[in-house]
Amino acid sequence: MNLETIKSEIEANVPGCRLEIVPNNSPSGQHSLLIDSETALTVARFLRDAAHLRFDYCSNVTGIDWPGKEISEKVKIKKILDGVEQEVEEIQKTQSAGHLEAVYHLYSMEKKHGPVILRMRTEDRADRIHLPSLTPIWRSAEFQEREIFDLYGIVFDGHPDLRRILMWDGFEDHPMRRDYVEPDDYEYEPTPHDAVLQKAKQHLSETGGR
Amino acid sequence: MLGEGIVKGLAETARNFLGSYVSKDRLTTVQYPEERLPQIEAARNFPFLVYDGEDWQQGMRCVSCLICEKECPPKCISIEKSKDKKLDASGKPQFYPTVFNIDVSVCMSCQICVEVCPFDAIKMDVDFELSTKDRFGDLLWNKERLSKSNEYYREIHPTEAAAVDAQLAEERAKLEAKSKLAAEAKAAAAATVPAQPAVGATAEK
Amino acid sequence: MSATTAATAHFTPKPSTDGGEGQLLEVSMGPQHPSTHGVFRMDVALDGERVVKLKPVFGYLHRNHEKIAETETYLGSMPYTDRLDYLCSITNNWAYALAVEKLAGIQVPERAEYLRVITGELTRLQNHTSVIGFLLQDMGASGTPLMYAFREREKVLDLFESLTGSRMMCNYMRFGGCRADMPAGWLQQAQKVVEAFPRFLDEFERLLSGNEILMARTQGVGVLSKELAVDAGITGPMLRGSGVNYDIRKVDKYGIYERFSFKVPLGEHGDVYDRYMVRLLEMRESVKILQQAMRDVPPGPIMDAKTKLRGFRPKAGEAYGRIESPKGELGFYLISDGSPNPYRYRVRPPSLVNLTVLEDMCLGQNVADIVVILGSIDFILGEVDR
Ligand code: SF4
Ligand code: SF4
Repeated sequence: MNLETIKSEIEANVPGCRLEIVPNNSPSGQHSLLIDSETALTVARFLRDAAHLRFDYCSNVTGIDWPGKEISEKVKIKKILDGVEQEVEEIQKTQSAGHLEAVYHLYSMEKKHGPVILRMRTEDRADRIHLPSLTPIWRSAEFQEREIFDLYGIVFDGHPDLRRILMWDGFEDHPMRRDYVEPDDYEYEPTPHDAVLQKAKQHLSETGGR
Repeated sequence: MLGEGIVKGLAETARNFLGSYVSKDRLTTVQYPEERLPQIEAARNFPFLVYDGEDWQQGMRCVSCLICEKECPPKCISIEKSKDKKLDASGKPQFYPTVFNIDVSVCMSCQICVEVCPFDAIKMDVDFELSTKDRFGDLLWNKERLSKSNEYYREIHPTEAAAVDAQLAEERAKLEAKSKLAAEAKAAAAATVPAQPAVGATAEK
Repeated sequence: MSATTAATAHFTPKPSTDGGEGQLLEVSMGPQHPSTHGVFRMDVALDGERVVKLKPVFGYLHRNHEKIAETETYLGSMPYTDRLDYLCSITNNWAYALAVEKLAGIQVPERAEYLRVITGELTRLQNHTSVIGFLLQDMGASGTPLMYAFREREKVLDLFESLTGSRMMCNYMRFGGCRADMPAGWLQQAQKVVEAFPRFLDEFERLLSGNEILMARTQGVGVLSKELAVDAGITGPMLRGSGVNYDIRKVDKYGIYERFSFKVPLGEHGDVYDRYMVRLLEMRESVKILQQAMRDVPPGPIMDAKTKLRGFRPKAGEAYGRIESPKGELGFYLISDGSPNPYRYRVRPPSLVNLTVLEDMCLGQNVADIVVILGSIDFILGEVDR
């Protein structure tokens, strides 16, 4: 099952969809298909229902966090130096917004082929974090999308029951994000090595020995 | 007939019950601690440090390379490397750990430290009766508590220890041959080089 | 422990609106309930004895295994996988090793593949025996079947101990092969255990399969339809109990499974009894695979010589590797950014996904059936909560 052909078939059948193949350079060669969130449901339904594809089994659903990177660019700007206008090279640093990603691994139980890997990306990591839920197409995504919501904070629109699943309801942060800082509120064990010992000492001095 | 399946099942239970009087296969209970199962050779529990010879401090094989500390998945080993060197069992000066602690309340008996140690200095013990009253102090094992002799290692894992011994002996032999060669070369060099001053010396006379 | 004394934990009776008719009782089953095999809770709403709502509550055993693995080296995560589904550490190792091998393009030597099949199928045997034992224990057959099952499982665990050093936390496989070769006499001992195994299965079937109480409690209980099973991504014996022919050993042919001839047992009704029978039959097939594999283990190395375990850095990229674990599809999804630790490490837990249809299977059944249905799912909370 060639991803190129699947891509062109989807493009022929789902008008207005924007697809992109995300190449994978590892020996596994499992390339994936980036789909846009507007047509995601239609694309997914096509993949499930098309008679020769029949991706009826959504195996693995997971999130990935890609935090923003610092991009340094060399730019030439005009500056007045010693009374003369000169062109100077300066390094400008910009912070890209980063994004969260949801990945779906699809197989077909009927045709016994696969996997086809779908990806969806949010626009950033702060407030534009909505993606359409694919639970209406594959029910197996229901709990796994809940898990992504819990651990990464992607909000799945159209999900029937989007609540925290592994962390408790009052929990605030999303622990699988890469910039997550664990709260300093648990009981430390006196393990002998450096980092933990330092932390334990600091914790004990701050909390007055508790 | 209703109940036939139940009766058949009960017959099976009866067969097992009566069978347990005659067949060892059906009576598997062992009255621990009075009775014990034979020790399985490959068993592993917590790591220990191997030393050669009589004196545990002198013979400790660990050269404090810190690899196991880095690779241990739950990070329960802590080592402090010595500043000076001591002579190891084969008479070579080596670093040694001034502190070598393993927190066995954290250790998960995974054997990764054993796998990565390039000096065959750390091995897995089989002792499992280790309950203590102090949850913290008694489960943080220091260098002295961890040290066990090579004889003990041979006793608990005979096959593995024999292989390790053979390999170490081979390495040592190679090293000795090399140093012997080096010494010979040195001696040879020493024998040829002073020859000229010797001539000069006579000339001086 | 009797199944009918199940839930007494906490309840809030709702005021009756229509003279007592349709009054619901809300019961919280678990998290400290023996039938949940760990710490797992269900919020159940009951109309008399009948279940009208059931919401599973997870997370009591959550330790964020995936986050821990992102800070560990590739080798360092291997012993942690043992603790996912702690009954089947070897298949967990296998799935992880397979994913890393796909990620880095590692070849596994022939002998190691055989060792993997042998230990993997032994794992399936001991998992299914204990699951069946626990299922009957949950039904109230207190003791006998479980003890018979554990007696057999013990023999397999002894084999594991003499091969890998540990009975449950085997930490046996490495990417590129296996950690330890068979000690002298191990194969003969294993052959003896495997040859004796069908006798135990016969005994177990005589003991139980025809038992009228067992049939009354399991037939037609907790029916899972074919369509729902596929839609909800159910895998393993549960899926096959509903009559869908999907076994990853046959579909993906990972390792060397295409060399062995074995059948895939399928159920018809998708009820608890079918799941029980599928597991029993699957053990007979595992015995067949084991006999074939043990007959022709080739000599040779057990580790790929080019793969180094320490300082292992696969090229940037990603891979999803999956195997048919005794519980279903166990997958590992890894993303490497070229550093010594994985950028993303994801476990696709069969136990969690199989649990998601619990409500559908329990609706309209009696309270006591929840326990039986739960027992037939075969889940381990170490893997559900990760
Ligand atoms: S056995 Fe594993 S956990 Fe224990 S000290 Fe060695 S590497 Fe660490
Ligand atoms: S036990 Fe081995 S790996 Fe650990 S510090 Fe000593 S020599 Fe190095």
